[in-house]
Amino acid sequence: MAGVQANRLANGGLIDRSDPLNFRFDGKSFAGFQGDTLASALIANGVKLVGRSFKYHRPRGILSAGSEEPNALVELRSGARREPNTKATTAELYEGLEAASQNRWPSLRHDLMAVNQLFAPIFVAGFYYKTFMWPAKFWEAIYEPTIRRAAGLGRAAGIPDPDHYDKAWAHCDVLIAGSGPAGLAAALAAGRSGARVILCEEDFALGGRLLSDGGTIDSMPAAEWLSRALAELAALPDVRIMTRTTLFGVYDGGTYGAIERVNDHLPSPPEHQVRQRLWRIVAKRCVVAAGAIERPIVFAGNDTPGVMMASAMRTYVARYAATPAKRVALFTNNEDGWRTVETALGAGLQIAAVVDARPDVSAAHRSLASKGGFPVLNGSVAAVDGGRDGVRKISVSLTGGARAEVEADGLAVSGGWNPAVALTSYHRGRPKWQDDIAAFVPDGAPPGMVAVGAANGVFGLGACLSQGFAAGAQAARDAGRSGKAGLTPVAEDEAFSLNPLWHVAGKGKAFVDQQHDVTASDIELAQREGFESVEHLKRYTTLGMATDQGKTSNVAGLAIMAAVSGKSIPETGTTIYRPPYVPVAIGAFAGHHRDENFHATRLTPSHHWAAEQGAIFVDTGLWKRAQWYPRAGEKDWLDSVTREVKAVRGGVGFCDVSTLGKIDVHGPDAGAFLDRVYINTFSNLAVGKARYGLMLREDGMVYDDGTTSRLAEDHYFLTTTTAKAGPVMQHLEFCRQVLFPEFDVQLTSVSDQWAQFSIAGPKTRDLLREIVDPGEDLSNEGFPFMGAREVALRGGIKARLFRISFSGEMAFEISVPARYGDALVRNLMQAGAPFGVTPYGTEALGVMRIEKGHVAGPELSGTTTAADLGLGKMMSTKKDFVGRIMAGREALVAPNRQVVVGIKPTDKASRLRSGAHIIPKGEIPGPGNDQGYVTSVCFSPTLDQWIGLGLVERGRERIGEIVHAHDPLRGEGYDVELCNPVFYDPEGGRQRG
Amino acid sequence: MRIVCPFCGERELGEFTYLGDAKPQRPAADAGEDAVYDYVYLRDNIAGVMSEHWYHGGGCRSWLKITRNTLTHEISAVEPAAGAGAAKVGA
Repeated sequence: MAGVQANRLANGGLIDRSDPLNFRFDGKSFAGFQGDTLASALIANGVKLVGRSFKYHRPRGILSAGSEEPNALVELRSGARREPNTKATTAELYEGLEAASQNRWPSLRHDLMAVNQLFAPIFVAGFYYKTFMWPAKFWEAIYEPTIRRAAGLGRAAGIPDPDHYDKAWAHCDVLIAGSGPAGLAAALAAGRSGARVILCEEDFALGGRLLSDGGTIDSMPAAEWLSRALAELAALPDVRIMTRTTLFGVYDGGTYGAIERVNDHLPSPPEHQVRQRLWRIVAKRCVVAAGAIERPIVFAGNDTPGVMMASAMRTYVARYAATPAKRVALFTNNEDGWRTVETALGAGLQIAAVVDARPDVSAAHRSLASKGGFPVLNGSVAAVDGGRDGVRKISVSLTGGARAEVEADGLAVSGGWNPAVALTSYHRGRPKWQDDIAAFVPDGAPPGMVAVGAANGVFGLGACLSQGFAAGAQAARDAGRSGKAGLTPVAEDEAFSLNPLWHVAGKGKAFVDQQHDVTASDIELAQREGFESVEHLKRYTTLGMATDQGKTSNVAGLAIMAAVSGKSIPETGTTIYRPPYVPVAIGAFAGHHRDENFHATRLTPSHHWAAEQGAIFVDTGLWKRAQWYPRAGEKDWLDSVTREVKAVRGGVGFCDVSTLGKIDVHGPDAGAFLDRVYINTFSNLAVGKARYGLMLREDGMVYDDGTTSRLAEDHYFLTTTTAKAGPVMQHLEFCRQVLFPEFDVQLTSVSDQWAQFSIAGPKTRDLLREIVDPGEDLSNEGFPFMGAREVALRGGIKARLFRISFSGEMAFEISVPARYGDALVRNLMQAGAPFGVTPYGTEALGVMRIEKGHVAGPELSGTTTAADLGLGKMMSTKKDFVGRIMAGREALVAPNRQVVVGIKPTDKASRLRSGAHIIPKGEIPGPGNDQGYVTSVCFSPTLDQWIGLGLVERGRERIGEIVHAHDPLRGEGYDVELCNPVFYDPEGGRQRG
Repeated sequence: MRIVCPFCGERELGEFTYLGDAKPQRPAADAGEDAVYDYVYLRDNIAGVMSEHWYHGGGCRSWLKITRNTLTHEISAVEPAAGAGAAKVGA
């Protein structure tokens, strides 16, 4: 069992003493309670030193009690779940928690890298730019790796995250950020009015500062009011309270981003549950009650463990019953800081002294001091003396010039409060300066959003309640809800008085941004060197660029810049606010879209059958297509592909081509419409016929190709390439709806509705006769080349049959409703067995199309014209079509364009590779004589050599010429002959037979 | 961003695809190369209110003409393209 919790109060707090928890920090065992954070449990166990700083490896403790924490960052969990830079102040304690401190070696207490402090003079602002200028090659080899090792935060796990993350949408009338008094009052008013409310609270407990500061609301103790309010909200049917959820971003149209830490408070998520959930919340109105962040005062040694924000100290004592110190000093410039004294006295702690920077202190406080027996010193803390064991001595500059020393083991600091203006500023809003509280407050907000309470610069409890309540009621009305909001909760406002104080000059390092080790002198240096603009200051010094995004440091930094540059703080201004408000794991943004679920997978109708055959699949876009079907004894893919090609050319084979885009074009103007989108004419296509069509983009370049058939007078069936199925549909809808709305035509995407197979080879008809109803005439006369019509299959299923050929063989494509695809492929195999039917994949398909000189993706590259592809004659001169005028531009019809041509090595044994550049034979390759390149290659089993297609300058005029293929990428070069791209059956007799 | 599709109602940005400036009109068949060149290549890039083409590909596949402020993303009008929906223009 772990040791006693020496700094735990016997009574009080919101921890559950009946539920003790064991945990380990840096290998040492400790105990805490349910309801603790890691930070509060460490404090209860007397642990002050929790980390080493980023640059100087200075010992650091716990500064805050919330998500603004710059120092107390740990590696939480171990193995694949190890998460660096986790704030101990927000990490909930659970049984068996393991955490380790960061950025120290060999141990936290004895960190050898603390030697960096001796080199502090060179680690000033901009030191990267100044110190490591030369020699240049040293940067990558020595400087950067060394700096990366020495400076930095935690280590990532380095192995895949075993947890799941979810993404979800939510919709509501009123979204509320924060469950402090203002947020709860807003929720009560909106909820009672009948609005659908979502309230997001970052903490695991609801109540905000009420949990630490108490008070009296509606004449009852705050805790009682809180439990009544929560009970009422729980009973309202349309109020959803989300704890452990941070609203981190504001997007257009009333959309908000929130991260819910669903199971971060457990060692690992329960089975089938996610670790975190990313919410996109669409809200008609948003009430920001995100509170304020207490700001430090910058003085020498202000990063010593034991120096803590005054409000955080109250939180640890009152909410967690954990005492950060035994003898506490307070340094404040405002009235609110004194509440820490009251809390500490109430818990039986000693007060060493109160250092108050204001000229006067109220009579009530003076009498508290005399009763408590501690001095009130008018002045400022000039320095803190202490080390890794924490604060020992505090030296004070008294007003008037004298000095005093105070012995204490803890120092609470209050420099006033900064409203959390991030959410209201995410649409490039700039907060405005408010003199009476010496802080930036929201100046307007994105549409539909309003800030209330401390987030709006209103600090009194009564004012927070009434402002929150009014905003909640108004938001509900704006969202169209007219129920009665009822009575506003009532409380008194606390006294307020503040003398702005940002920086106390003194000897020793005074930290502004503790996470990035930016000191007051760094800011002064930046100003001297001309980096005066806040955006320059930020980037030059890295102020506010750490994981806490400067929540405790930004305003102090620009106040110091204002002072040294002789400007006011509002003149100095703020940097642009950008989401996320807290770090959000990339895993949460990815959600379930990782690994095999990174994108959707589309399977062809024959996929399961092909998998049974042992097919090798290739990803083509979202599709998985059979690439080839290996058989026993084949030594590589080329063996399989060669066999498949020979089987088709010599007998019969089939290939699943269902991935082609398929579009039904219906309507009396279908033909006229197609005439506008294709370069050739379709209105004169006879019913029962198919035709190859080519589309251009409006700029005259080829867009897509495919075969389109006329199945009825007012019904065409159009196919696209696999890659362009979606884009062509979008393009055709644009043509129909925007460019040519006068046509009576409708388009329907039917890509997924039809299973389509190409059946090719001289024995195709023999096979088809086994499949198709005997009454259908499949003879060359009854079903000629480019015929297309519906047929009945044996058994009665209707199919569409198209006599089209990509392979150059006698071939048909057959379409059946997709749900029959699997049955059809099995039937084809069975019925085709006597003919040696051979399934073939996309590789064999590609080989046969290259042998036949058909263009495909590599040639339809978006930079080729119809004429480049040898299809210029298809362009009709009798009608308008998309791309017609631009296709006639001078450069697009220039005689020296690179056009499609066949290519074969002069040495029959030589391999050909795509990407090789074509240059004249005997010349030294260079950009000046580059005449084109090889686009597609294959080994042709039919010609028994490698062949290819290419785009070559004036290629068609140079058939027979020997040129050189230069491949610097692979260090190869070989002579090739330019030839007719149709290597196989150039007369086309086979496909017509 | 949220877009109110005239056929489907208010939907999330992810359902839509942006095309661009909706002002240029495709020239008549006999307009000549210069007019088509302008239509294809010349686009305004306004910092302010613009008329744009958007495609509701994740919904009803309508092309929409959307008036949007490019500085604030505020959408002030959404109209279906002339040929969107089932009926032909003038029918």
